[in-house]
Amino acid sequence: MKFSDQFEARFSDMLTHYPTKRSVLVPTLLYAQDEVGYLSPDVIHEIAQRLDLTELEVSNVISYYSMLTTKPRGKFNVQVCTNIACMLRGGEELLDHCKTKLGIGHKGTTPDGTFSLEEVECIGACSWAPAAQVNYDFHENLTVEKMDKVLDEYRKN
Amino acid sequence: MADLVSHPDEVKVVSKRFGKSATNIDRYLELDGYKAVQKALGMQPDAIVNLVKDSGLRGRGGAGFNTGMKWSFVPKQSPKPKYILCNGDESEPGTCKDRLIFEHDPHSVIEGVVIAGIATGSHAGYIYIRGEYRYLLEIMQKAIKDAYARGFLGKNIFGSGYDFEVYWHGGAGAYEVGEESALMESLEGKRGIPRIRPPFPAVVGLWGGPTVINNAETLASVPHILLGGAEWFAKLGPPKNGGTRLFCLSGHLNRPGVYELPMGYNLKKMIYEVGGGISGGRKLKAVVPGGSSCPVLTADEIDVSMDFDSMMKAGTMLGSGGVVVVDETTCMVNFALRIMKFYQHESCGWCIPCREGTDWLKKTLTRFHHGGGVKKDIDNIQYLSENMLGRTFCPLGDAAAMPTISIVKKFRKEFEDHLEGKPCPFEKAGVTEPAAVLA
Repeated sequence: MKFSDQFEARFSDMLTHYPTKRSVLVPTLLYAQDEVGYLSPDVIHEIAQRLDLTELEVSNVISYYSMLTTKPRGKFNVQVCTNIACMLRGGEELLDHCKTKLGIGHKGTTPDGTFSLEEVECIGACSWAPAAQVNYDFHENLTVEKMDKVLDEYRKN
Repeated sequence: MADLVSHPDEVKVVSKRFGKSATNIDRYLELDGYKAVQKALGMQPDAIVNLVKDSGLRGRGGAGFNTGMKWSFVPKQSPKPKYILCNGDESEPGTCKDRLIFEHDPHSVIEGVVIAGIATGSHAGYIYIRGEYRYLLEIMQKAIKDAYARGFLGKNIFGSGYDFEVYWHGGAGAYEVGEESALMESLEGKRGIPRIRPPFPAVVGLWGGPTVINNAETLASVPHILLGGAEWFAKLGPPKNGGTRLFCLSGHLNRPGVYELPMGYNLKKMIYEVGGGISGGRKLKAVVPGGSSCPVLTADEIDVSMDFDSMMKAGTMLGSGGVVVVDETTCMVNFALRIMKFYQHESCGWCIPCREGTDWLKKTLTRFHHGGGVKKDIDNIQYLSENMLGRTFCPLGDAAAMPTISIVKKFRKEFEDHLEGKPCPFEKAGVTEPAAVLA
Protein backbone atom coordinates (compact mmCIF):
# COMPACT_ATOMS: atom_id res chain seq x y z
CA MET A 1 0.00 0.00 0.00
CA LYS A 2 1.56 3.27 -1.11
CA PHE A 3 0.37 6.69 0.02
CA SER A 4 1.71 10.09 -1.06
CA ASP A 5 4.69 11.71 0.66
CA GLN A 6 2.36 14.37 2.02
CA PHE A 7 0.19 11.67 3.60
CA GLU A 8 3.22 10.01 5.18
CA ALA A 9 4.61 13.28 6.52
CA ARG A 10 1.25 14.19 8.04
CA PHE A 11 0.80 10.71 9.45
CA SER A 12 4.20 10.71 11.21
CA ASP A 13 3.56 14.21 12.52
CA MET A 14 0.12 13.28 13.87
CA LEU A 15 1.50 10.29 15.75
CA THR A 16 3.46 12.75 17.92
CA HIS A 17 0.29 14.66 18.85
CA TYR A 18 -1.36 12.06 21.06
CA PRO A 19 -0.45 9.74 23.92
CA THR A 20 -2.01 6.79 22.06
CA LYS A 21 -1.46 5.68 18.46
CA ARG A 22 -5.12 4.94 17.94
CA SER A 23 -6.05 8.62 18.28
CA VAL A 24 -4.89 9.38 14.73
CA LEU A 25 -7.41 6.90 13.32
CA VAL A 26 -10.37 9.07 12.28
CA PRO A 27 -8.48 11.84 10.44
CA THR A 28 -6.08 9.27 8.95
CA LEU A 29 -8.95 7.27 7.48
CA LEU A 30 -10.36 10.37 5.83
CA TYR A 31 -6.99 11.40 4.38
CA ALA A 32 -6.44 7.84 3.12
CA GLN A 33 -9.88 7.85 1.53
CA ASP A 34 -9.08 11.14 -0.20
CA GLU A 35 -6.09 9.49 -1.88
CA VAL A 36 -7.50 6.07 -2.72
CA GLY A 37 -11.11 7.08 -3.35
CA TYR A 38 -12.57 4.73 -0.76
CA LEU A 39 -11.52 2.60 2.18
CA SER A 40 -10.63 -0.59 0.36
CA PRO A 41 -9.74 -3.82 2.21
CA ASP A 42 -6.08 -3.00 1.49
CA VAL A 43 -6.35 0.43 3.09
CA ILE A 44 -8.12 -1.00 6.13
CA HIS A 45 -5.45 -3.70 6.46
CA GLU A 46 -2.62 -1.18 6.15
CA ILE A 47 -4.03 1.29 8.68
CA ALA A 48 -4.94 -1.46 11.14
CA GLN A 49 -1.39 -2.75 10.99
CA ARG A 50 0.18 0.66 11.43
CA LEU A 51 -1.93 1.41 14.50
CA ASP A 52 -1.79 -2.03 16.13
CA LEU A 53 -5.52 -2.50 15.67
CA THR A 54 -7.49 -5.36 14.18
CA GLU A 55 -9.20 -4.83 10.83
CA LEU A 56 -12.48 -5.32 12.64
CA GLU A 57 -11.70 -2.47 15.02
CA VAL A 58 -10.98 -0.18 12.06
CA SER A 59 -14.14 -1.26 10.18
CA ASN A 60 -16.14 -0.70 13.33
CA VAL A 61 -14.99 2.93 13.42
CA ILE A 62 -15.53 3.42 9.66
CA SER A 63 -19.18 2.39 9.88
CA TYR A 64 -19.88 5.10 12.44
CA TYR A 65 -18.74 8.11 10.38
CA SER A 66 -20.95 9.26 7.52
CA MET A 67 -18.08 10.65 5.39
CA LEU A 68 -16.18 7.37 5.39
CA THR A 69 -17.05 4.81 2.74
CA THR A 70 -15.92 1.31 1.87
CA LYS A 71 -17.41 1.58 -1.62
CA PRO A 72 -15.92 3.55 -4.53
CA ARG A 73 -17.60 6.86 -5.33
CA GLY A 74 -17.56 9.07 -8.39
CA LYS A 75 -14.75 11.56 -8.95
CA PHE A 76 -17.03 14.30 -7.70
CA ASN A 77 -19.29 13.50 -4.78
CA VAL A 78 -22.27 15.87 -4.87
CA GLN A 79 -23.72 16.22 -1.38
CA VAL A 80 -27.00 18.09 -1.21
CA CYS A 81 -28.22 19.20 2.21
CA THR A 82 -31.94 18.79 2.85
CA ASN A 83 -31.95 19.50 6.57
CA ILE A 84 -34.42 22.08 7.88
CA ALA A 85 -32.70 25.33 6.91
CA CYS A 86 -31.99 24.04 3.39
CA MET A 87 -35.36 22.29 3.10
CA LEU A 88 -37.17 25.58 3.73
CA ARG A 89 -35.28 27.18 0.86
CA GLY A 90 -35.58 24.43 -1.74
CA GLY A 91 -32.99 21.83 -0.74
CA GLU A 92 -35.28 18.90 -1.55
CA GLU A 93 -36.13 20.30 -4.99
CA LEU A 94 -32.41 20.75 -5.57
CA LEU A 95 -31.77 17.12 -4.66
CA ASP A 96 -34.58 15.96 -6.97
CA HIS A 97 -33.11 18.06 -9.75
CA CYS A 98 -29.67 16.50 -9.25
CA LYS A 99 -31.21 13.02 -9.29
CA THR A 100 -32.90 13.73 -12.63
CA LYS A 101 -29.95 15.52 -14.15
CA LEU A 102 -27.40 12.89 -13.14
CA GLY A 103 -29.81 9.99 -13.55
CA ILE A 104 -28.85 8.50 -10.19
CA GLY A 105 -30.36 8.28 -6.71
CA HIS A 106 -29.08 8.76 -3.17
CA LYS A 107 -25.61 7.20 -2.89
CA GLY A 108 -25.61 6.37 -6.60
CA THR A 109 -22.72 6.88 -9.04
CA THR A 110 -22.96 7.75 -12.75
CA PRO A 111 -21.84 4.90 -15.06
CA ASP A 112 -18.81 6.94 -16.25
CA GLY A 113 -17.70 7.38 -12.63
CA THR A 114 -17.76 11.18 -12.80
CA PHE A 115 -20.44 11.95 -10.23
CA SER A 116 -21.88 10.46 -7.09
CA LEU A 117 -24.90 11.89 -5.36
CA GLU A 118 -25.72 11.95 -1.69
CA GLU A 119 -28.47 13.50 0.42
CA VAL A 120 -26.63 14.81 3.46
CA GLU A 121 -27.45 16.24 6.87
CA CYS A 122 -26.63 19.80 7.95
CA ILE A 123 -23.28 20.92 6.50
CA GLY A 124 -23.16 24.24 8.36
CA ALA A 125 -24.34 26.50 5.57
CA CYS A 126 -27.76 27.31 7.05
CA SER A 127 -27.58 31.07 6.55
CA TRP A 128 -26.60 30.56 2.89
CA ALA A 129 -29.17 27.86 2.11
CA PRO A 130 -29.80 25.88 0.08
CA ALA A 131 -26.31 24.50 -0.06
CA ALA A 132 -24.35 21.56 -1.36
CA GLN A 133 -20.80 20.33 -1.15
CA VAL A 134 -18.96 18.81 -4.08
CA ASN A 135 -16.15 16.85 -2.45
CA TYR A 136 -14.98 19.50 0.05
CA ASP A 137 -16.11 22.62 -1.85
CA PHE A 138 -19.12 24.51 -0.58
CA HIS A 139 -21.70 25.86 -3.05
CA GLU A 140 -24.25 28.14 -1.45
CA ASN A 141 -27.40 30.16 -2.13
CA LEU A 142 -28.11 27.63 -4.84
CA THR A 143 -30.89 27.54 -7.38
CA VAL A 144 -31.55 24.83 -9.93
CA GLU A 145 -29.84 26.99 -12.59
CA LYS A 146 -26.79 27.62 -10.40
CA MET A 147 -26.57 23.93 -9.59
CA ASP A 148 -26.51 23.12 -13.31
CA LYS A 149 -23.60 25.52 -13.80
CA VAL A 150 -21.74 24.02 -10.85
CA LEU A 151 -22.15 20.49 -12.21
CA ASP A 152 -21.12 21.58 -15.70
CA GLU A 153 -17.94 23.16 -14.32
CA TYR A 154 -16.97 19.92 -12.59
CA ARG A 155 -17.83 17.86 -15.64
CA LYS A 156 -15.29 19.91 -17.64
CA ASN A 157 -12.51 19.02 -15.19
CA MET B 1 -16.05 31.93 1.52
CA ALA B 2 -19.42 32.32 3.19
CA ASP B 3 -20.88 35.80 2.69
CA LEU B 4 -20.72 38.28 5.56
CA VAL B 5 -23.64 40.52 6.46
CA SER B 6 -24.04 43.42 8.84
CA HIS B 7 -26.70 45.33 10.71
CA PRO B 8 -26.46 48.55 12.77
CA ASP B 9 -27.63 46.76 15.93
CA GLU B 10 -24.67 44.41 15.87
CA VAL B 11 -22.09 44.57 18.65
CA LYS B 12 -18.94 43.08 17.19
CA VAL B 13 -16.81 41.26 19.72
CA VAL B 14 -16.15 37.75 18.45
CA SER B 15 -16.74 38.91 14.87
CA LYS B 16 -14.70 42.11 15.11
CA ARG B 17 -11.88 40.70 12.99
CA PHE B 18 -14.18 39.10 10.39
CA GLY B 19 -13.29 40.25 6.89
CA LYS B 20 -10.02 41.79 8.09
CA SER B 21 -7.57 39.10 6.92
CA ALA B 22 -6.84 38.07 10.51
CA THR B 23 -5.90 34.55 9.37
CA ASN B 24 -2.56 36.25 8.66
CA ILE B 25 -0.67 36.21 11.97
CA ASP B 26 0.89 39.68 11.45
CA ARG B 27 -2.50 41.16 10.76
CA TYR B 28 -3.88 39.36 13.82
CA LEU B 29 -1.12 40.90 15.94
CA GLU B 30 -1.97 44.39 14.62
CA LEU B 31 -5.57 43.75 15.68
CA ASP B 32 -4.58 43.16 19.35
CA GLY B 33 -3.88 39.50 18.72
CA TYR B 34 -2.02 37.43 21.34
CA LYS B 35 -2.15 40.30 23.85
CA ALA B 36 -4.71 38.49 25.99
CA VAL B 37 -2.61 35.36 26.36
CA GLN B 38 0.40 37.44 27.43
CA LYS B 39 -1.78 39.14 30.01
CA ALA B 40 -2.98 35.72 31.22
CA LEU B 41 0.61 34.56 31.64
CA GLY B 42 1.10 37.32 34.22
CA MET B 43 -2.01 36.38 36.20
CA GLN B 44 -2.71 33.78 38.85
CA PRO B 45 -4.73 30.87 37.37
CA ASP B 46 -7.51 31.41 39.91
CA ALA B 47 -7.76 35.06 38.93
CA ILE B 48 -8.32 34.04 35.28
CA VAL B 49 -11.00 31.53 36.28
CA ASN B 50 -12.75 34.14 38.43
CA LEU B 51 -12.56 36.77 35.71
CA VAL B 52 -14.24 34.43 33.22
CA LYS B 53 -16.78 33.39 35.86
CA ASP B 54 -17.64 37.03 36.61
CA SER B 55 -17.96 37.89 32.93
CA GLY B 56 -21.07 35.70 32.76
CA LEU B 57 -19.72 33.84 29.72
CA ARG B 58 -21.83 30.73 29.18
CA GLY B 59 -21.27 27.80 26.84
CA ARG B 60 -22.03 28.78 23.27
CA GLY B 61 -22.46 25.19 22.11
CA GLY B 62 -25.96 25.22 23.52
CA ALA B 63 -25.95 24.05 27.11
CA GLY B 64 -25.19 27.52 28.46
CA PHE B 65 -23.14 26.44 31.45
CA ASN B 66 -20.98 29.14 33.07
CA THR B 67 -17.54 28.74 31.46
CA GLY B 68 -15.48 29.93 34.43
CA MET B 69 -17.43 27.56 36.67
CA LYS B 70 -16.65 24.67 34.31
CA TRP B 71 -12.95 25.53 34.46
CA SER B 72 -13.07 25.65 38.26
CA PHE B 73 -14.08 21.97 38.41
CA VAL B 74 -10.68 20.88 37.08
CA PRO B 75 -8.63 19.54 40.00
CA LYS B 76 -5.49 21.56 40.77
CA GLN B 77 -3.35 18.47 41.25
CA SER B 78 -3.68 15.61 38.84
CA PRO B 79 -1.45 12.57 38.34
CA LYS B 80 -2.59 12.49 34.70
CA PRO B 81 -2.06 15.30 32.17
CA LYS B 82 -4.87 17.84 31.85
CA TYR B 83 -6.25 18.81 28.45
CA ILE B 84 -8.22 21.57 26.76
CA LEU B 85 -10.52 20.42 23.97
CA CYS B 86 -12.10 22.90 21.60
CA ASN B 87 -15.35 21.63 20.15
CA GLY B 88 -15.52 22.68 16.52
CA ASP B 89 -17.71 19.79 15.42
CA GLU B 90 -20.45 22.29 14.64
CA SER B 91 -23.37 20.26 13.27
CA GLU B 92 -26.57 21.26 15.04
CA PRO B 93 -29.01 21.98 12.18
CA GLY B 94 -29.42 25.74 11.87
CA THR B 95 -25.93 26.52 13.15
CA CYS B 96 -23.12 27.90 10.99
CA LYS B 97 -21.25 30.33 13.25
CA ASP B 98 -18.09 28.45 14.25
CA ARG B 99 -17.44 28.15 10.56
CA LEU B 100 -17.03 31.92 10.31
CA ILE B 101 -14.78 32.05 13.38
CA PHE B 102 -12.43 29.42 11.93
CA GLU B 103 -12.55 31.08 8.53
CA HIS B 104 -11.86 34.62 9.67
CA ASP B 105 -10.25 34.47 13.11
CA PRO B 106 -8.58 31.10 13.80
CA HIS B 107 -5.94 32.62 16.08
CA SER B 108 -8.62 33.82 18.51
CA VAL B 109 -9.59 30.18 19.06
CA ILE B 110 -5.95 29.19 19.60
CA GLU B 111 -5.58 32.06 22.06
CA GLY B 112 -8.72 30.97 23.92
CA VAL B 113 -7.40 27.41 24.17
CA VAL B 114 -4.06 28.60 25.59
CA ILE B 115 -5.76 30.88 28.13
CA ALA B 116 -8.03 28.03 29.25
CA GLY B 117 -4.86 25.96 29.62
CA ILE B 118 -3.09 28.54 31.75
CA ALA B 119 -6.20 28.94 33.93
CA THR B 120 -6.49 25.21 34.61
CA GLY B 121 -2.80 24.23 34.68
CA SER B 122 -2.96 22.26 31.46
CA HIS B 123 -0.16 22.05 28.89
CA ALA B 124 -1.91 20.69 25.80
CA GLY B 125 -5.00 21.55 23.78
CA TYR B 126 -6.82 20.02 20.83
CA ILE B 127 -8.94 21.85 18.29
CA TYR B 128 -11.45 19.39 16.81
CA ILE B 129 -12.99 20.52 13.52
CA ARG B 130 -15.70 18.58 11.73
CA GLY B 131 -14.62 16.63 8.63
CA GLU B 132 -16.86 18.55 6.22
CA TYR B 133 -14.97 21.76 7.12
CA ARG B 134 -11.78 20.66 5.35
CA TYR B 135 -10.88 24.18 4.18
CA LEU B 136 -11.22 25.40 7.76
CA LEU B 137 -9.03 22.60 9.06
CA GLU B 138 -6.39 23.78 6.58
CA ILE B 139 -6.74 27.37 7.80
CA MET B 140 -6.35 26.14 11.38
CA GLN B 141 -3.33 23.96 10.53
CA LYS B 142 -1.60 27.00 9.06
CA ALA B 143 -2.55 29.22 12.01
CA ILE B 144 -1.13 26.69 14.49
CA LYS B 145 2.07 26.37 12.44
CA ASP B 146 2.48 30.16 12.30
CA ALA B 147 1.94 30.46 16.06
CA TYR B 148 4.60 27.81 16.71
CA ALA B 149 7.03 29.61 14.39
CA ARG B 150 6.67 32.78 16.49
CA GLY B 151 7.16 30.99 19.80
CA PHE B 152 3.54 31.61 20.83
CA LEU B 153 3.05 27.85 21.21
CA GLY B 154 5.34 25.04 22.32
CA LYS B 155 8.02 25.25 24.97
CA ASN B 156 8.40 28.43 27.01
CA ILE B 157 5.64 30.42 25.27
CA PHE B 158 6.37 34.15 25.03
CA GLY B 159 9.48 33.46 27.12
CA SER B 160 7.27 32.87 30.15
CA GLY B 161 8.58 29.46 31.15
CA TYR B 162 5.11 28.01 30.51
CA ASP B 163 4.80 25.20 27.95
CA PHE B 164 1.68 24.76 25.88
CA GLU B 165 1.08 22.59 22.82
CA VAL B 166 -1.89 23.01 20.47
CA TYR B 167 -2.90 20.32 17.99
CA TRP B 168 -5.56 20.18 15.29
CA HIS B 169 -7.88 17.21 14.82
CA GLY B 170 -10.35 16.49 12.03
CA GLY B 171 -13.62 14.56 12.25
CA ALA B 172 -15.27 12.46 9.55
CA GLY B 173 -18.99 13.22 9.71
CA ALA B 174 -21.03 12.62 12.85
CA TYR B 175 -23.47 14.96 14.58
CA GLU B 176 -23.28 13.09 17.84
CA VAL B 177 -19.57 13.76 18.15
CA GLY B 178 -20.55 17.34 19.03
CA GLU B 179 -21.63 15.95 22.40
CA GLU B 180 -18.68 16.31 24.75
CA SER B 181 -18.13 12.70 25.81
CA ALA B 182 -18.63 11.38 22.26
CA LEU B 183 -16.18 14.05 21.11
CA MET B 184 -13.52 12.61 23.40
CA GLU B 185 -14.21 9.08 22.16
CA SER B 186 -13.85 10.27 18.58
CA LEU B 187 -10.58 12.05 19.35
CA GLU B 188 -9.30 8.85 20.90
CA GLY B 189 -9.95 7.09 17.57
CA LYS B 190 -13.20 5.34 18.38
CA ARG B 191 -16.86 5.41 17.43
CA GLY B 192 -18.48 8.49 18.97
CA ILE B 193 -20.43 6.65 21.64
CA PRO B 194 -21.21 8.81 24.68
CA ARG B 195 -19.77 8.07 28.11
CA ILE B 196 -21.86 7.85 31.25
CA ARG B 197 -21.41 10.70 33.73
CA PRO B 198 -20.22 11.04 36.45
CA PRO B 199 -17.28 11.15 36.28
CA PHE B 200 -17.46 14.41 34.38
CA PRO B 201 -14.78 15.29 31.79
CA ALA B 202 -13.35 17.97 34.12
CA VAL B 203 -12.22 15.10 36.36
CA VAL B 204 -11.87 12.13 33.98
CA GLY B 205 -11.69 13.12 30.31
CA LEU B 206 -9.31 12.53 27.43
CA TRP B 207 -7.14 9.45 28.09
CA GLY B 208 -8.40 9.60 31.67
CA GLY B 209 -7.01 13.07 32.37
CA PRO B 210 -9.04 16.10 33.51
CA THR B 211 -10.38 17.83 30.41
CA VAL B 212 -12.05 21.16 29.73
CA ILE B 213 -14.33 21.02 26.69
CA ASN B 214 -15.57 24.32 25.31
CA ASN B 215 -17.26 25.36 22.09
CA ALA B 216 -15.18 27.33 19.56
CA GLU B 217 -17.25 30.51 20.02
CA THR B 218 -16.88 30.25 23.81
CA LEU B 219 -13.09 30.01 23.52
CA ALA B 220 -12.96 32.79 20.92
CA SER B 221 -14.77 35.04 23.44
CA VAL B 222 -12.19 34.46 26.17
CA PRO B 223 -9.36 36.70 24.84
CA HIS B 224 -11.82 39.60 24.56
CA ILE B 225 -12.81 39.13 28.21
CA LEU B 226 -9.17 39.15 29.30
CA LEU B 227 -8.59 42.46 27.51
CA GLY B 228 -11.96 44.16 28.03
CA GLY B 229 -12.60 42.97 31.57
CA ALA B 230 -15.34 40.92 33.18
CA GLU B 231 -17.55 43.90 33.91
CA TRP B 232 -17.55 45.18 30.32
CA PHE B 233 -18.40 41.73 28.96
CA ALA B 234 -21.09 41.01 31.57
CA LYS B 235 -22.80 44.36 30.84
CA LEU B 236 -23.17 43.56 27.13
CA GLY B 237 -26.03 41.22 28.06
CA PRO B 238 -28.66 40.81 30.79
CA PRO B 239 -27.60 39.56 34.28
CA LYS B 240 -25.83 36.18 34.23
CA ASN B 241 -25.81 36.18 30.42
CA GLY B 242 -22.64 38.03 29.53
CA GLY B 243 -21.53 39.09 26.10
CA THR B 244 -22.86 38.73 22.62
CA ARG B 245 -23.82 35.82 20.42
CA LEU B 246 -23.38 34.93 16.82
CA PHE B 247 -26.97 34.33 15.75
CA CYS B 248 -27.32 32.29 12.56
CA LEU B 249 -30.50 33.50 10.88
CA SER B 250 -31.89 31.10 8.32
CA GLY B 251 -35.08 29.87 6.71
CA HIS B 252 -37.79 32.10 5.24
CA LEU B 253 -36.11 35.44 5.82
CA ASN B 254 -35.29 38.30 3.49
CA ARG B 255 -31.80 38.78 4.93
CA PRO B 256 -30.51 35.53 6.38
CA GLY B 257 -26.95 35.58 7.70
CA VAL B 258 -24.80 35.38 10.80
CA TYR B 259 -25.19 38.49 12.98
CA GLU B 260 -23.45 39.22 16.26
CA LEU B 261 -26.02 40.71 18.62
CA PRO B 262 -25.97 41.38 22.34
CA MET B 263 -27.23 38.57 24.50
CA GLY B 264 -30.88 39.30 25.33
CA TYR B 265 -31.74 40.82 21.94
CA ASN B 266 -35.46 40.59 21.23
CA LEU B 267 -36.35 37.69 18.94
CA LYS B 268 -39.14 39.54 17.17
CA LYS B 269 -36.78 42.39 16.34
CA MET B 270 -34.18 39.89 15.22
CA ILE B 271 -36.61 38.38 12.73
CA TYR B 272 -38.28 41.52 11.43
CA GLU B 273 -35.49 44.09 11.61
CA VAL B 274 -32.16 42.30 11.50
CA GLY B 275 -33.35 39.45 9.30
CA GLY B 276 -35.48 41.77 7.16
CA GLY B 277 -38.80 40.01 7.84
CA ILE B 278 -40.41 37.02 6.18
CA SER B 279 -39.73 36.40 2.50
CA GLY B 280 -42.46 37.38 0.07
CA GLY B 281 -44.33 39.28 2.80
CA ARG B 282 -45.79 36.00 4.02
CA LYS B 283 -46.81 35.33 7.62
CA LEU B 284 -44.61 33.79 10.25
CA LYS B 285 -45.66 30.37 11.51
CA ALA B 286 -42.90 29.09 13.78
CA VAL B 287 -39.32 29.72 14.90
CA VAL B 288 -36.66 27.24 15.93
CA PRO B 289 -34.77 29.54 18.30
CA GLY B 290 -31.44 27.79 18.80
CA GLY B 291 -30.85 24.81 16.57
CA SER B 292 -33.12 21.90 15.69
CA SER B 293 -33.13 20.37 19.16
CA CYS B 294 -34.96 23.33 20.76
CA PRO B 295 -38.73 23.34 21.23
CA VAL B 296 -40.25 25.57 18.54
CA LEU B 297 -41.98 28.87 19.26
CA THR B 298 -45.17 29.97 17.51
CA ALA B 299 -45.60 33.39 15.89
CA ASP B 300 -47.32 34.61 19.09
CA GLU B 301 -44.42 33.62 21.31
CA ILE B 302 -41.56 35.55 19.74
CA ASP B 303 -41.60 38.70 21.85
CA VAL B 304 -38.84 37.26 24.04
CA SER B 305 -35.32 38.15 25.08
CA MET B 306 -32.71 35.88 23.51
CA ASP B 307 -30.74 34.90 26.58
CA PHE B 308 -30.39 31.54 28.29
CA ASP B 309 -32.70 32.25 31.24
CA SER B 310 -35.51 34.03 29.37
CA MET B 311 -35.63 31.29 26.76
CA MET B 312 -35.83 28.67 29.49
CA LYS B 313 -38.77 30.59 30.99
CA ALA B 314 -40.40 30.64 27.54
CA GLY B 315 -40.26 26.83 27.57
CA THR B 316 -37.47 26.51 25.06
CA MET B 317 -33.69 27.01 24.86
CA LEU B 318 -31.25 29.55 23.50
CA GLY B 319 -29.23 26.59 22.26
CA SER B 320 -26.52 27.05 19.67
CA GLY B 321 -27.69 30.33 18.13
CA GLY B 322 -29.33 28.78 15.06
CA VAL B 323 -32.55 30.71 14.45
CA VAL B 324 -34.61 28.95 11.78
CA VAL B 325 -37.64 30.91 10.64
CA VAL B 326 -40.62 29.04 9.24
CA ASP B 327 -43.42 30.71 7.23
CA GLU B 328 -47.13 29.93 6.85
CA THR B 329 -46.69 27.78 3.74
CA THR B 330 -44.74 25.11 5.65
CA CYS B 331 -46.32 21.85 6.79
CA MET B 332 -45.34 21.38 10.43
CA VAL B 333 -45.88 17.62 10.24
CA ASN B 334 -43.34 17.47 7.44
CA PHE B 335 -41.07 19.79 9.41
CA ALA B 336 -41.26 17.48 12.45
CA LEU B 337 -40.62 14.53 10.15
CA ARG B 338 -37.49 16.12 8.67
CA ILE B 339 -36.14 16.84 12.14
CA MET B 340 -36.84 13.26 13.22
CA LYS B 341 -35.22 11.81 10.07
CA PHE B 342 -32.10 13.69 11.07
CA TYR B 343 -32.03 12.38 14.64
CA GLN B 344 -32.82 8.85 13.53
CA HIS B 345 -29.91 9.03 11.09
CA GLU B 346 -27.55 10.44 13.70
CA SER B 347 -28.50 8.27 16.69
CA CYS B 348 -25.51 6.06 17.47
CA GLY B 349 -27.77 3.26 18.65
CA TRP B 350 -26.09 2.92 22.03
CA CYS B 351 -29.15 3.75 24.18
CA ILE B 352 -32.33 1.89 23.34
CA PRO B 353 -34.84 4.72 23.99
CA CYS B 354 -33.05 6.90 21.44
CA ARG B 355 -32.29 4.18 18.89
CA GLU B 356 -35.79 2.71 18.91
CA GLY B 357 -37.63 5.92 19.69
CA THR B 358 -36.22 7.94 16.80
CA ASP B 359 -36.86 5.05 14.41
CA TRP B 360 -40.46 4.54 15.49
CA LEU B 361 -41.09 8.26 15.40
CA LYS B 362 -39.63 8.61 11.92
CA LYS B 363 -41.80 5.76 10.67
CA THR B 364 -44.93 7.08 12.38
CA LEU B 365 -44.38 10.63 11.14
CA THR B 366 -43.64 9.43 7.60
CA ARG B 367 -46.84 7.41 7.51
CA PHE B 368 -48.78 10.25 9.10
CA HIS B 369 -47.52 12.87 6.67
CA HIS B 370 -48.55 10.68 3.74
CA GLY B 371 -52.11 10.36 4.97
CA GLY B 372 -51.86 6.96 6.63
CA GLY B 373 -52.17 8.21 10.20
CA VAL B 374 -54.88 7.46 12.72
CA LYS B 375 -55.99 9.74 15.53
CA LYS B 376 -54.24 7.85 18.29
CA ASP B 377 -50.92 8.30 16.45
CA ILE B 378 -50.92 11.95 17.51
CA ASP B 379 -50.86 11.05 21.20
CA ASN B 380 -48.54 8.18 20.48
CA ILE B 381 -45.97 10.49 18.88
CA GLN B 382 -46.05 12.61 22.00
CA TYR B 383 -45.98 9.60 24.34
CA LEU B 384 -42.97 8.08 22.58
CA SER B 385 -41.11 11.38 22.62
CA GLU B 386 -41.81 12.00 26.29
CA ASN B 387 -40.49 8.58 27.14
CA MET B 388 -37.15 9.32 25.49
CA LEU B 389 -36.56 12.38 27.67
CA GLY B 390 -33.79 11.97 30.20
CA ARG B 391 -33.38 8.26 29.51
CA THR B 392 -30.21 8.28 27.45
CA PHE B 393 -26.45 8.64 28.07
CA CYS B 394 -26.21 11.77 25.94
CA PRO B 395 -28.77 14.45 25.09
CA LEU B 396 -29.40 13.24 21.51
CA GLY B 397 -32.56 11.49 22.67
CA ASP B 398 -33.77 14.68 24.34
CA ALA B 399 -32.79 16.68 21.27
CA ALA B 400 -35.06 14.50 19.12
CA ALA B 401 -37.91 14.51 21.61
CA MET B 402 -38.10 18.18 22.57
CA PRO B 403 -38.91 19.75 19.19
CA THR B 404 -41.34 16.92 18.41
CA ILE B 405 -43.28 17.36 21.65
CA SER B 406 -43.52 21.10 21.04
CA ILE B 407 -44.72 20.68 17.46
CA VAL B 408 -47.41 18.17 18.45
CA LYS B 409 -48.57 20.44 21.29
CA LYS B 410 -48.52 23.70 19.38
CA PHE B 411 -49.62 22.52 15.94
CA ARG B 412 -51.99 19.68 16.81
CA LYS B 413 -54.51 20.96 14.31
CA GLU B 414 -52.09 20.40 11.45
CA PHE B 415 -51.75 16.79 12.56
CA GLU B 416 -55.54 16.44 12.63
CA ASP B 417 -55.73 17.90 9.13
CA HIS B 418 -53.68 14.97 7.87
CA LEU B 419 -56.05 12.32 9.22
CA GLU B 420 -58.23 9.85 7.33
CA GLY B 421 -56.13 9.60 4.23
CA LYS B 422 -56.38 13.31 3.45
CA PRO B 423 -53.45 14.52 1.37
CA CYS B 424 -51.12 16.95 3.09
CA PRO B 425 -52.84 20.35 2.92
CA PHE B 426 -49.51 22.04 2.25
CA GLU B 427 -48.21 19.66 -0.38
CA LYS B 428 -47.65 21.21 -3.76
CA ALA B 429 -49.97 19.77 -6.40
CA GLY B 430 -48.58 16.67 -8.06
CA VAL B 431 -46.06 15.88 -5.36
CA THR B 432 -47.21 12.61 -3.88
CA GLU B 433 -43.97 10.71 -3.71
CA PRO B 434 -42.97 9.77 -0.16
CA ALA B 435 -40.11 11.82 1.25
CA ALA B 436 -36.71 10.27 0.61
CA VAL B 437 -35.46 8.33 3.59
CA LEU B 438 -31.77 8.51 4.33
CA ALA B 439 -30.14 5.09 4.29
